[in-house]
Amino acid sequence: MFESFGERIDNVISKIKGTGKITEENIGEITREIRIALLEADVNYKIVSEFISNVKEKALGEEVRKSLKPSELFIKILRDELIDLLGKEEVPLVIDKNPTIVLMAGLQGSGKTTTVGKLGNLVRKKYGKKPLFVACDVYRPAAIDQLKTLGKSLNIPVYEEGNNSPVEIAKNSIQYAKENNYDYILIDTAGRLHVDENLMEELVNIKNEINPDEILLIIDAMMGQDAINVITGFNEKLPLTGCILTKMDGDTKGGVALSLRHLTNVPIKLIGDSEKLDGLSEFVPTRMADRILGMGDIVSIAEKASEIIDEEEALNTAKKLKKGNFDLEDFLTNMKQIKKLGPLENIIKMLPGARKMGLNNINIDPKQLARVEAIILSMTPEERRKPEILKASRKQRIAKGSGTSVEEVNRLLKQFEQMKIMMKQFSNNNFKMPF
Amino acid sequence: MNFFKNIKKIFDTNSDKEIKKYEDGLAKTRDDFVNRLNFLGIKYTKIDDALFEELEEILIMSDIGVMTAINLTEKLKKRVKEEKIENFEYLKEIIVDELLLIYVNGEILSSKINFNESGKTVVLFVGVNGVGKTTSIAKLAKKMKDSEKTVMLIAADTFRAGAVEQLKSWAEKIKVDFYGKENSDPASVVYDGLNKAKEKNIDVVLIDTAGRLHNKVNLMKELEKINKVISGIIPDAPNETLLVIDATTGQNAVEQAKSFKEIVNLTGIILTKLDGTAKGGIVLAVKEETGIPVKFIGLGEKEDDMIPFDIEKYIYGLFKEWK
Repeated sequence: MFESFGERIDNVISKIKGTGKITEENIGEITREIRIALLEADVNYKIVSEFISNVKEKALGEEVRKSLKPSELFIKILRDELIDLLGKEEVPLVIDKNPTIVLMAGLQGSGKTTTVGKLGNLVRKKYGKKPLFVACDVYRPAAIDQLKTLGKSLNIPVYEEGNNSPVEIAKNSIQYAKENNYDYILIDTAGRLHVDENLMEELVNIKNEINPDEILLIIDAMMGQDAINVITGFNEKLPLTGCILTKMDGDTKGGVALSLRHLTNVPIKLIGDSEKLDGLSEFVPTRMADRILGMGDIVSIAEKASEIIDEEEALNTAKKLKKGNFDLEDFLTNMKQIKKLGPLENIIKMLPGARKMGLNNINIDPKQLARVEAIILSMTPEERRKPEILKASRKQRIAKGSGTSVEEVNRLLKQFEQMKIMMKQFSNNNFKMPF
Repeated sequence: MNFFKNIKKIFDTNSDKEIKKYEDGLAKTRDDFVNRLNFLGIKYTKIDDALFEELEEILIMSDIGVMTAINLTEKLKKRVKEEKIENFEYLKEIIVDELLLIYVNGEILSSKINFNESGKTVVLFVGVNGVGKTTSIAKLAKKMKDSEKTVMLIAADTFRAGAVEQLKSWAEKIKVDFYGKENSDPASVVYDGLNKAKEKNIDVVLIDTAGRLHNKVNLMKELEKINKVISGIIPDAPNETLLVIDATTGQNAVEQAKSFKEIVNLTGIILTKLDGTAKGGIVLAVKEETGIPVKFIGLGEKEDDMIPFDIEKYIYGLFKEWK
């Protein structure tokens, strides 16, 4: 998402490396690049001006320390300023009230309903909560159906009263939750414009009636300069306890993340980063700053992995890798685990230096993975354990069974052999995989 | 040149219903933008660098595109110097003229839907998630129906929960034909739907697709497949492929247009949600960089709240109070 921003920063850094030091003369050119990079990332204009003058001042004022090269020092200044903008302290989500009441609001199409689903899934999985969804979008055709479908797939109940008044529905849902022991109430509301007086009034009435613990604004990360008007509009009426940024898995640079905290003092609590129902992560400013600067985000990958991957199986794999008897059967299990992490390119992009290796624009076709899976599934268990027994006739059978060709089977076997050798080298050198 | 003066003369005396819609719909958008521009003339007694700096800020804040704004400001500076412009009122006219020029770029633009006169007309709707595709389809269907055409809506968004239901309830509301099937392959839904439309001899078929982020390869491939299925059944179709863009979108809209253009033959843009405070200026950058014009704009949630885009009316709507 921040790729081309990072690229511009890389250019700036290499310029500094070229000249050797930051001077009054060259700082103008350097900050000009950064200014355009930030504006193209949709960072608020006012923030950009402030950011640039802060960076300028620090870069010129700072004594060149012996331990740091000018380019390193410049990155440090940028990183500090970015973290400053993103909010130094994390403000965690309220989870421990009984029940916790969460009101979700936002413009049309920002992703409220999907996020309600994801958040319900998150608090249940991570904090052992018993969530209840409440359908208060009585305007958009089929909005209630959408929430019900989500609830069904997650096995989370939905409280609805058809087209009754949203204030009434919200009020009654709290009673219902208390009677039925639901301890995390997520209220989905209709999308509305911050300038729509009637609908904003309705939101205020819901708030006054149920007194929520969290009032979260759902913001599309692709928003432009108008974002600040929207957030201010909602915040003035409600006020908000936090924001959730959605669609961060697009290629938006998400400059709104940098503008939000500083201009409105509303913290970002979560970010939506995949279409799957576990695609919601807690927002950590330092990690985001590193991601922007292309320093990678290993911690997030590891955390994501530990939430999804079966630890025992991972240990098993590691042991087998070390011994060198990792077979296609294990490979298949691993592939299934990795698939659970969501689109692979999202993970690869978070690796440190991914951009420099040209991996930021990588695209992995899930169909390709499915073909590999089909090939392995077309083998007998014995063949998976001992791929060396595969001769021409067996390969032909496998190709036929998986709807592929003998060449593809051969390619997979070759890649698997190479991978085994590589893995063995890694484990001998005590290389630790992030998961 | 002086487009603006001429347009203003025509529209000030014109009581066209559509112009009224532009004026009302853009009221919120206009307030801030024009007030700030007007204030420039009061704040600065002469045209200097400080004025240009603030002008650049106003333009960037309207999302017209960072490089577009920077280049435009440079061009204005040059003109002021060369033509020795000292009068702010005159500068204002030049600003409007230049904005129009960026968009029009010497082309003849039409916001008309390209109908297939001899047979079925197929319109494919694409876009990222949450921009308002389904609602836009309903609005366009209403227009077509009002002009005495038989219409069918096909729900090829089988991914988002409730999407098929949403389109279906619109079809019932505006009383047009509908085809959709939940949990099936979108391309096969399109195949079956188009064949149904052929049987029923429908004039116009509008196809809804799932919102997809333009950087997801597999989803874009799916779109490619849908496109192939359409032209397989009806030669030369789709006759229109419209990209729906949310007016609140920032610089990313350019990337969206570029990526979708690679996969399908985009013929126009529907700019939605212009009734908020967003200025939707990004369509200027999109037009400048990809050549794709806006065909319709959405100014509200009701089925009549979509009107053909007209750059002159749009600029007029933005600058109406700019006396």
